[in-house]
This record gives sequence, C-alpha cells and structure tokens, in this order.
Amino acid sequence: MNYTFHFADVFAYGDLLLRGLWLTILLSAVSTVLGLIVGIAGALGRNSEIAPVRWLAGAYVELIRNTPFIVQLFFLYFGLAQMGLKMTAGQAALLAMVVNLGAYATEIVRAGIEAISKGQWEAGLSLAMTRWQVFRHVVLLPALEKIYPALTSQFIIVMLGSSVVSQISAEELTFAGNFIQSRNFRSFEVYFVITGLYLLLSLGFRQVFRLIGKRVFGKG
Amino acid sequence: MVQFTFWDILRNLLLAAQWTVLLSLIAFVGGAVVGLIVCVARISKNPGPRWAARIYIEVLQGTPLLMQLFLCFFGLSLIGLNVPPLAAAAIALTLYTSAFLGEIWRGCVEAISKGQWEASASLALTYPEQMRYVILPQALRIAVAPTVGFAVQVVKGTALASIIGFVELTKAGTMINNATFQSFLVYGLVALLYFALCFPLSLLSRRLERRLNVARAS
Repeated sequence: MNYTFHFADVFAYGDLLLRGLWLTILLSAVSTVLGLIVGIAGALGRNSEIAPVRWLAGAYVELIRNTPFIVQLFFLYFGLAQMGLKMTAGQAALLAMVVNLGAYATEIVRAGIEAISKGQWEAGLSLAMTRWQVFRHVVLLPALEKIYPALTSQFIIVMLGSSVVSQISAEELTFAGNFIQSRNFRSFEVYFVITGLYLLLSLGFRQVFRLIGKRVFGKG
Repeated sequence: MVQFTFWDILRNLLLAAQWTVLLSLIAFVGGAVVGLIVCVARISKNPGPRWAARIYIEVLQGTPLLMQLFLCFFGLSLIGLNVPPLAAAAIALTLYTSAFLGEIWRGCVEAISKGQWEASASLALTYPEQMRYVILPQALRIAVAPTVGFAVQVVKGTALASIIGFVELTKAGTMINNATFQSFLVYGLVALLYFALCFPLSLLSRRLERRLNVARAS
C-alpha cells in the first residue's frame, strides 16, 4: 500500500466541519422534541376509542417502520414538490426526521402506557378526573420513565440516520464531508474524521440523555 | 423523447428490487456468521475478546451506516483494490448486521436463568456441552423473533447502497425519476415495494414473539 494519509487536509476545513456538526446537533435536538410529541399523540391515537383514528395511527406506524428513511426523505422532498408543496432541503430533512422518529416513538410510548397498571387509571377516574387529566397527571410521566432507555436509543438512531439528509443537500455534517472530499479528494481521511465525530456525538448524546433522565425522573 | 408508462416504471423497479433482495440476503447471512463470532466473543470468560467485541459493537452501533459504507467503499480502493459498489455495500452491511445480531443474541443467551448453568454444571457438563445441550437450544427459541425483526432493518439498510452507486430499488427509483420527473409516483412505488418486502417480515416477527410469550406463560 503506497498511500500517505493527509489528515491535515481535512482539518484545514475545520470551520466547515464545525458548522456541519452544529446543524446535525440542531436537527437532531429539534426532531427529538417534535418526534416525542408526535409519538405521544400517536400513542393516544392508537389507544383511541374512535376506530378510524386507531387505524390511521396504526397505518402511519406500519408504513414508516417498514420503509427506508432515505425513501421517506425523497418522497417528502421530491414527491411533495411535484404535488406543489415545496420545501427547502432543511425543512424537508427536519420533517422527514420528525415523521420517522414519531412512528417509532408511537410504538415505544404505547408500550409504556400499556405497562402502567389499570389500577392507576381507575384510581384517577374515581377521583373525578377526566381521562385526559388522568393521562396527563398520573400515567404519562411513569410511562415515559419506563421507556426512557428505549426512547433514548431511538433518538440516537435518528441522529445517526440524519447523515442521510445530506443526499438532498441539507448542509449537516455528512454534507460538509462530501463537500470537503470534493475539494481535496481525501475521501478516506474525510469520512474517517466524520465517522469519529458521529461516534463522539452518539457518546455525548447518551451522556446528555442520562443527565436529563436524572433531572426529570430523579434517577439515572 | 421516450415516454414511460406506469408499467415501464413498475417493471424496472421490480427488476431492481431483485438486487435489493440479493444484497439483503448476502448481508443477513454474512452478518449472521460474523455476528455469531461477535456474540461468542462478547460472552466469553476471557476479558480480551469480550472487550474487543464490546468496542466493535460500540463503534458500529455508534456511527451512521452511511459512513461505514463510505469507509468501505473509499477505504478498500485506497489499498489498491478496485471494489465494485456491490462488494463494498455487502461488506459494510455485513459488519453492521453482525454488530446488531451479536448484541441481540448476547441478550438472548444472558436471558437464560443462572439456574440452568448451575444445574448443567452440577451434571458435570463442560462449558461447550452446557452451551450445546442446555443454553443454546433455549436461547435460540428466544432469538428467532428479534432476529427476524432485525431482518427488516437490513432490508431498509440496503437502500443506502444507492448512495455509493449500487443500482438497487432506491437507486433505480432515482434514475427513473430523473428520466420521468414523476417523483410522487416513482418514490411512492419505491416505498410500497419496500413495504411489501418488510411488512411480512414484521408480521412474522410479531407472530413469533406472541407465540413464544404464550408458550412461556403456560
């Protein structure tokens, strides 16, 4: 192998890498919050007393969980544009991530709600609370606590999956890598560094989630 | 100008879907073989292999599949090999699958209660015998449902091979889209074809899981 590695050529574009890194963090953080909200709404939908709502939520979950993220992204970005709904690459990327995470979060949150014993519901209802009040004040927090580990690993999977949105030229970390690589032709070095950054991100996110979990649920 | 009818589009997508299936099979079988080694190393009593397997899993689960594909694709050509996209994709997906299957199977082996180990040890079975006759037959039963479930992730993962230029379902969709500009139809069909591949696997996995739970409860 007659090849000398030139990692310095990658770090010459440090500011680009940082900007990409920042956008990846931003996209992941925003889609985490929005995805969780969609997930809670979806879980309520799947447990709804109205049958069509239940079917709709079920169809949403199955469709998203059984198709690749990149196809969802292309469908939202190119497909909807053809139908007249034009989005910027950043908007489409965020939307795709929220839609994707929302479907997985729906199933996870639903499992959490089902894990809460019926007695909790009955006790709440017997105190003359409405179903919504019982859900909001009695069931939701313990349910989230139960599924917190599953939820955080799904968030990290979505963060890693966000590398795919570079394909519609959303300018996150992988896009920065593609750009640098097209300038200096050091593809291996570039992607090696980017991979390392993603690894740091997933380790870092896990720590952040652990701290948040400690704050919210009082233990880690 | 050539006009593409609906059937032209569908026929070409179906042709390309065969490559998605092939790549999925290669990745799944390869991943299962390597994953078995990872699993054995992960539960080994020797700390060396145990740590090596841990780092292996940590790195592969903590980095995007797309980056793994890029590193295989560009890295192998660096050492002078001219790798076709199919080979690069097959290698990357095999490694990716092995890390996940290794970890899933470790969980299954560790789910077998300690009493089983102790009982078999008290019958003077050696470690390989314990594995072969007591632990693995039980662990295998638990492992079937999550393994089938992970096959769905493998099929979906093959979509990323389109980015390094391997013409499977997603890449074919992009190419047809570039020729017809019917993005809504083309990507809708691509999504439905993936759904047709993945949904039966999801259902099967769920059915197996339910059957196992019934068997255990009774």
